[in-house]
Amino acid sequence: MASDRIFGLVATLLAFAFIAGATQVQTSFLSDPVGPKFFPILIGIVGAISGMFMVLRPDPEPDWPVLRTFGALSVAVIVLVAYAFALKPLGFLLPTTLAAGLLSYQISPRPRMAALAGIGLSVGLFIVFKFALGLGLVVFPKGLIG
Amino acid sequence: MEIIDNLALGFSIALSPYTLILAVVGCFLGTIIGALPGLGPSNGVAILIPITFTLGLDATSALVLMTSVYYGAMYGGRISSILLNIPGDEPALMTTLDGYPMAKAGRSGDALVLSGVASFVGALLATVGLMLLAPMLARVAYLFGPAEYFALYLLAFCTLGGMASNNQAKAALASCIGLGIAMVGIDSASGMPRLTGGNLHLYDGIDFLVAIVGLFAIAEVFFFIESHGKNSSIGVKLGKVTIPWKDIFDTKWTMLRASGVGFIAGILPGAGASLGSFMAYMSEKAIAGEKGGFGTGVAKGIAAPEAGNNAAAGGALVPMLTLGVPGSGTTAVLLALLMTLNITPGPTLFTDRPEVVWGLIASLLIANFVLLLMNVPMVKIFVRVLMVPPWVLLPGVTMVSFVGIYSLSGSYFDLLLMVGFGVLGYVLRKLDIPTVPVILGILLGGNMEDALRRAMVISDGEWTYLYSSPIAIGLWIAAIVGFVAPMFLRSVLRKPQRITD
Repeated sequence: MASDRIFGLVATLLAFAFIAGATQVQTSFLSDPVGPKFFPILIGIVGAISGMFMVLRPDPEPDWPVLRTFGALSVAVIVLVAYAFALKPLGFLLPTTLAAGLLSYQISPRPRMAALAGIGLSVGLFIVFKFALGLGLVVFPKGLIG
Repeated sequence: MEIIDNLALGFSIALSPYTLILAVVGCFLGTIIGALPGLGPSNGVAILIPITFTLGLDATSALVLMTSVYYGAMYGGRISSILLNIPGDEPALMTTLDGYPMAKAGRSGDALVLSGVASFVGALLATVGLMLLAPMLARVAYLFGPAEYFALYLLAFCTLGGMASNNQAKAALASCIGLGIAMVGIDSASGMPRLTGGNLHLYDGIDFLVAIVGLFAIAEVFFFIESHGKNSSIGVKLGKVTIPWKDIFDTKWTMLRASGVGFIAGILPGAGASLGSFMAYMSEKAIAGEKGGFGTGVAKGIAAPEAGNNAAAGGALVPMLTLGVPGSGTTAVLLALLMTLNITPGPTLFTDRPEVVWGLIASLLIANFVLLLMNVPMVKIFVRVLMVPPWVLLPGVTMVSFVGIYSLSGSYFDLLLMVGFGVLGYVLRKLDIPTVPVILGILLGGNMEDALRRAMVISDGEWTYLYSSPIAIGLWIAAIVGFVAPMFLRSVLRKPQRITD
């Protein structure tokens, strides 16, 4: 109940923001009868109506995970964001080992297995990408090997 | 005989050793992807697209590879349904209803072979249907102007929202999220940036591959973290595999009927393979009646949904190739592949690039035979694949997704967006909001707006032009019915629940 209402409300507000953003779109002199504003505004209106429906007629509450699982999920998101930033400057092997190991640990909390999964995946995938598929990956950070 | 000439052209492409190897590799990978719980046809194909793109395959080869993966995943989905009672993908859900009881009764080998044969019959008939129907539909599609295309896109969103979801408002909201994302970036008609918030990374728009991989593959990782991989495979046992000739012979009419039902369900825009297997199972259950014993592990209960789901997979290619409107989540992903390869699906595809279409159809026929050979004698190999523990599989999927997306643009921004879409996908699925309309919206949003604006240019701003031709009126009516009717049919069409031990 509550989740649907909250999501519906957020969606409605976002839809209004989307409409407001769409009205600010500049039209050029090369305009057609509809113009670049109309369709986004239409989408915003339909979205806002659907959002309000969710507020007014919510479905039963889904089973949200317990707080600890939310912790694990947030850790996973942070790991993935960090991985996104680290992939370019730090090369493939180090960040992949860490990220894969940490994700593996979040799924099944056994440290040794997770470490093995991390190392195995990073080396295995590196071989597949580099030699079988020929993608140009940076192995280690440039500073480390000169 | 035009069709024979076309097929000869297709086979001349598909039978080249290189293409043949790609088809075999695709079938093998696809069956594994389908069999692994947590990797279905949609996310399997999604994470492979960036990789094939960076491999620099030409359009025909890439298409052959990916459609083989698609067909293979449809075959593979049944393995975990039967042995573990876990559908490897959504359409395989119906196979669990009779497949798992049959496996529990000690006939897992028979169930796997029978379902493999049923898959073959369904997919083969559907490919033949595709061959006959697609060129005809492509000819009709020449009559489509912008107004008709606008109505067609609307129809796809409405039926997808109506059929695939339990709540119309949620499906509509999902479509709006997708369409809204498609609007971000430079407007192609006026050249003005829209809704970018001044962020330079967004001027190019949001790449649909980033969204697809995020919503399908990354979101799945979050689900496995939540369940701690509990839905995984322990102690899969499979004895000696023999061919149950009697069961195959007994179910021949069931397979044929289910293929027909599945093919038609697949053609409907927005319905797809899940509906195909569902309709096939339910109609066979009705024909067999009470005495049929559906749900207790009967042969017909396995043959029907498998033939139906594979026939629907073939049927879904018809609207995708001829009109550019996908019929299901996976065909939406295949449409993304075509767009990445710079192939515009639609009637002109059949005249301008017949080698792509007929090469594809010929390789589908070949892929079917390869899959039958792989899935009957070699089924034991794929059963081994089920042993891969989720704590290795899911991090692996994540890393492949990251490398794939990274190799597309080399920008950390796309990776961040992908993680963002993963979180969005998790929240949406938790709230029972379908994610396929989001994908469809991102893919079709630009085209839909173009169609609307071109229609308005033609009619000089006269709105009635949108429903001025019989085809357009028909599509509008179908769209409204497709959206509204399921509200009343919901009690009739309720999906049967999975059996629990």
